[in-house]
Amino acid sequence: MSESIDQIFVRMKQWLLSPFANAPDWLVQVASSLINIFALLAVFLTLFALMSVLERKILGRIQNRYGPNRVGPFGLFQPVADGIKMLIKEDIVPMRADKIVHFLAPVLIAATAILALGIIPYGRGMTPFTIDGGILFFFAVGSTTELAVFMAGWGSNNKFSMLGAMRAIAQMISYELPLIITVLPVVMIVGSLTPDAIVAAQDGYVFGFVPRWFVFTPWGAAAFLLFFVSGLVESNRTPFDVPEGESEIVAGHMTEYSGFKYATFFMAEYIGMFAITGLAITLFLGGWHAPVRALEFVPSYIWFFAKLGGLLFVYIWLRGTLPRTRVDQIMNFAWKFMLPMAFTCMVAAAVWHYAGRGLRGWLWSFVVIAVAYTALSIILDTRKKFARRTYRFAE
Amino acid sequence: MSAPFVIISILTLAAALAAATLRKLMHAALSFAVAFVGLAAFFFLLGAEFVGLVQIFVYIGAVAVLIVFTILLTRRDVEKDRGFNWSSVVVASAVFGGLIWAIFKTQSVSVAAPEMPVLTVKHIGEVLMTGYVWPLLCVGLLLTAALIGALVLVMEEKQ
Repeated sequence: MSESIDQIFVRMKQWLLSPFANAPDWLVQVASSLINIFALLAVFLTLFALMSVLERKILGRIQNRYGPNRVGPFGLFQPVADGIKMLIKEDIVPMRADKIVHFLAPVLIAATAILALGIIPYGRGMTPFTIDGGILFFFAVGSTTELAVFMAGWGSNNKFSMLGAMRAIAQMISYELPLIITVLPVVMIVGSLTPDAIVAAQDGYVFGFVPRWFVFTPWGAAAFLLFFVSGLVESNRTPFDVPEGESEIVAGHMTEYSGFKYATFFMAEYIGMFAITGLAITLFLGGWHAPVRALEFVPSYIWFFAKLGGLLFVYIWLRGTLPRTRVDQIMNFAWKFMLPMAFTCMVAAAVWHYAGRGLRGWLWSFVVIAVAYTALSIILDTRKKFARRTYRFAE
Repeated sequence: MSAPFVIISILTLAAALAAATLRKLMHAALSFAVAFVGLAAFFFLLGAEFVGLVQIFVYIGAVAVLIVFTILLTRRDVEKDRGFNWSSVVVASAVFGGLIWAIFKTQSVSVAAPEMPVLTVKHIGEVLMTGYVWPLLCVGLLLTAALIGALVLVMEEKQ
């Protein structure tokens, strides 16, 4: 029973493909890809709509107000109203803008964001596109985003846009290094760049109850935190939203976009967030595996999306609580802390592997991480040392 | 000659031609990036998945961004029309002729392609870490030197 519910979407696809049984090979391939694409778009655009309203509601809660609650039950139809508003807004293109580049930027940014979704395993046998170097594909596609952001900034022919694009590219390039280097330990331990193999390597339990997820090893926990922070930066979210910085440079590279083009940028940001969170789940949080053996009857895709929901909540939570960092703080943090720590994760993973992947390895790799972290914190501590405050008249 | 090959060839050649002829320097740089994508598509067509991905990763993610930034930071007259430059035509045809000559000189084109095993990332990694480990380390050293050089260039001078 639970087996058939787990495989319901796979079966559905097979059933949809059954009329093509006698068709030529390429036709089956095209049909299969189209089904995957439509499923991906349907799921993630719905999730985007849901996320946009939930984010506003949760932010409202954090700031002690209601958030959207007028359209539909609990304000759930707010995204529909927003979508209609965006669609019927006037599309303004500045007179001195580079028309073609200005138009192509949102198209490119949305395309790259959606492409990255394709390699993530959403459930047992539910990877839309299985390619050998899946992880590499993710980052290859992700690196194209920088060019799209640049096109948006340059094509608008506006100082604010250009400044925003410069800021975005600077922080994206800086944080791409820790982002990729924190993936390397996982690739080293698993010995594969295929997302399915990485998820399969996290199957089973240690001592019968701790899941074999990489986040439960010291190097995995450190790498997960670094990856998550780098993901925050890559998706330009608070506290790293200086490229938008609405109080300083209007809206960065999106300043000159209105109506549906602006909505496309907004959508690409969220889809990119889903993709990077999905990759974090695949790499460190066991993909679609259940956390407890007793709960393995729950379908795999439900576990994946539950983890996704949990991490997305953290994104919203951070946005509601943290102020924006300065540009120089972001850069210093990337090069002086994130990068050395990412390399330390690699060393710690190697130590873990050669000390037998057991309790001894766990302790040794913990020691490596702790030593590196303490040393870095002491070296990088630039706070002024104040003398102890003394009171002359009050006691 | 398959249909995908023809389509990708036309797109790549058109992008390359656009990169050479477009008036605005920035448009030329962006069409150059499209030509890079076309090259990556050729690698995919040949079954060299890894090389194709690295092509996109390095050439779009790094080289194209570098070119674009170089134009932005060095030229004050990005929009200015530079007219036709005959010396560049000479250089371009010389490079083209040299490459064509080298391609026709080599023996490997006339030999039939050997039966290729399915090349996975794992094989490439193993070969890089055994047979080609010295070239790999040399490239790493070179890149590190370039990185340190860049850091030294932009370092603030102590008063």
